Amino acid sequence: MLIALFADVHANRQAFEACLADSRDCGAQRVVLLGDVVGYGGDPDWVMDRVMALAEDGATLVLGNHDEAINGSASGMNLEGRIAIEWTRTELGRHARDFLAALPLTQHDGDLLYVHAEASHPERWTYVVSTVEAADSLAATQAHVTFCGHVHRPALYSLSATAKMTSFTPTTDAPVPLLPGRRWLAVLGAVGQPRDGNPAAAYCLFDTASGNLTYRRVPYDVEAAATRILQQGLPPFLAERLYAGR
Amino acid sequence: MARPLHDPGFVIDGFRLDELVHEGGMAMLWRVSKDGLDAPMLMKVPRIGEGTDPAAIVSFEMEQMILPRLDGPHVPKFFAAGDFAQQPYLVMEAIGGVSLLKRLPDLPLPYDEVARIGVKIAEALDDLHRQHVVHLDIKPSNIMFRPDGAAVLIDFGLSHHDQLPDLMQEEFRIPFGTAPYMSPEQLRGIRNDPRSDLFALGVLLYFFSTGERPFGESETLRGMRRRLWRDPKPPRSLRPDYPPWLQEIVLRCLEVEPGRRHPTAAQLAFDLSHPDEVKLTARSEKLTRDPWTTAMRRRFNTDLTTPRKAPVASQIASAPIIAVAVDVGEQGAPINAALFEVTARILATLPQARLACLNVLKTSAIAIDSTLDAQGHNKTIDRLVRLKAWAAPLKLDERRLTAHVLEGTDPAAAILEFAAANRVDHILIGARQDSFRRRVLGSVSAKVATEAPCSVTVVRAPREA
Repeated sequence: MLIALFADVHANRQAFEACLADSRDCGAQRVVLLGDVVGYGGDPDWVMDRVMALAEDGATLVLGNHDEAINGSASGMNLEGRIAIEWTRTELGRHARDFLAALPLTQHDGDLLYVHAEASHPERWTYVVSTVEAADSLAATQAHVTFCGHVHRPALYSLSATAKMTSFTPTTDAPVPLLPGRRWLAVLGAVGQPRDGNPAAAYCLFDTASGNLTYRRVPYDVEAAATRILQQGLPPFLAERLYAGR
Repeated sequence: MARPLHDPGFVIDGFRLDELVHEGGMAMLWRVSKDGLDAPMLMKVPRIGEGTDPAAIVSFEMEQMILPRLDGPHVPKFFAAGDFAQQPYLVMEAIGGVSLLKRLPDLPLPYDEVARIGVKIAEALDDLHRQHVVHLDIKPSNIMFRPDGAAVLIDFGLSHHDQLPDLMQEEFRIPFGTAPYMSPEQLRGIRNDPRSDLFALGVLLYFFSTGERPFGESETLRGMRRRLWRDPKPPRSLRPDYPPWLQEIVLRCLEVEPGRRHPTAAQLAFDLSHPDEVKLTARSEKLTRDPWTTAMRRRFNTDLTTPRKAPVASQIASAPIIAVAVDVGEQGAPINAALFEVTARILATLPQARLACLNVLKTSAIAIDSTLDAQGHNKTIDRLVRLKAWAAPLKLDERRLTAHVLEGTDPAAAILEFAAANRVDHILIGARQDSFRRRVLGSVSAKVATEAPCSVTVVRAPREA
């Protein structure tokens, strides 16, 4: 089965629509959302409606730190992030807020694990930026493959049978076979706010039959997404960074 | 733990073990068959058990990832893989030819035969590098020849694939490879420079043409490190009749700094196939090793440790072979200036590219042509001189420039044949101006553009104001 995985949509309607359409064209049969569907972006209402509809159709979801902050505290975030959360709280209705409040931190799916950040203490929202955090995450689970987001930059880590870590920056569209002899941690790039210098929206396709993981990049209408952020009176920096993917 | 496979007749996933053909330290090779699959196949089964060298497992994993991603005549075809959880194995095409290892008792080989073997291996390497892979273990036992003569590279257990995680690099901080063939940068931990394979091929060419290994057989890290700064004895000091062109090529392959070697395997193949066109430098005649001062300076090389940023495929793409067809005959004049402009512009953006200037000497299909013209001049030499004069203002380093007068009844066919044989990446050709001649004789550029195995740029002279 081909699974489409999306992380860090961040209320970017244009990027999310483009990725969903691309994944359908590729033949994806399942949708997994790895958290942070809201925050930063200008279309939380539309994105939440879409996400809730996907959930009804059987999509798997986990909680992200921005999703949590809607019903909790945004104190750990930077100024722009806090401003966006304050505004998003006023935008979302009761139903959407309750939906976010009910999301789990992790979801298991056979020998796959879905989580927003580092998996040993998912509630701490630790960024997996090196083999150090990746090793902590892999040590805490038995899953063959862990999928996470939060970093906004694609990366792929593995742990060998001899307990050695490897790290790799994936090449777009080059499938990597996640060999069964080792355990893997796939960090997804962001759908709605890429930060690896490539402004195209990022998501992943995982083929459970072949074990191939493919990192995809989808160009989308950045200008429209940036305009929405400015129209809502959110910090202009959140719009500017979309153009550069920083 | 997986159950060891060692009984003929054992069947796994439909593959029947027929005969054990090789038993090495890291793996066993079985000849296998399967109903519905007609091809001769080998199954590689890693030795896994108590005390298995972790390198054996990781290199098998690398091969399991890389082999299915490769295709073409220069690699064994991939059929199937079994995973580590049950029984790890790889099933691939059994190459119906011979291993280069078989030639070791005949060394040293004649120079022209060494060059021929070198061309075949360089062509296979070019093909591999274009598929994003650096082999990193080029040596006679990993090279086979198909019955049609094409070289096949086997064993990708130490290879680097640009688009896949490099498990060897991450797992082991020490270099892996075969001591006599390992390049200096590989010793320093660089695994994504395709020129490392050119170094190993240089070792092989040196060995096959002299009977001696350029860096000996030392397996110690200390012994191997000597090559980081010490150059080998020039082949001419071992065999006085060693041709200068071959020494030029072999010593260029063995340069300590990758930047001083051929930029690509295709360019190396080009030199090996055109001995007369090899630009001879001081390297070609030398009888002694470099002075100590040069060797000492190499101790401060940064080229060997600087990480390679560009992907393997773009490193290759930055050094294409460009062929320009120049009509230096009577009709060519108006277009040649325009062709020169385009050539100069393309070369300016690609400092590693090499240029082959072509001219076709049309021969009659029926009569036996004289090589002399009406005035008694040699036509081929005359054309070569004019080709070189056309190219001279490009001011190219002579190593980047060659001139070739091809003979044939059909100019387009001659150009196409040259392009295919020399792995040309881009052909530049002028369009005939005279519409009457084009109508009667057919357009050479149109045929080349239609049938070429590579990109073609058709150039026209600017319209007169």
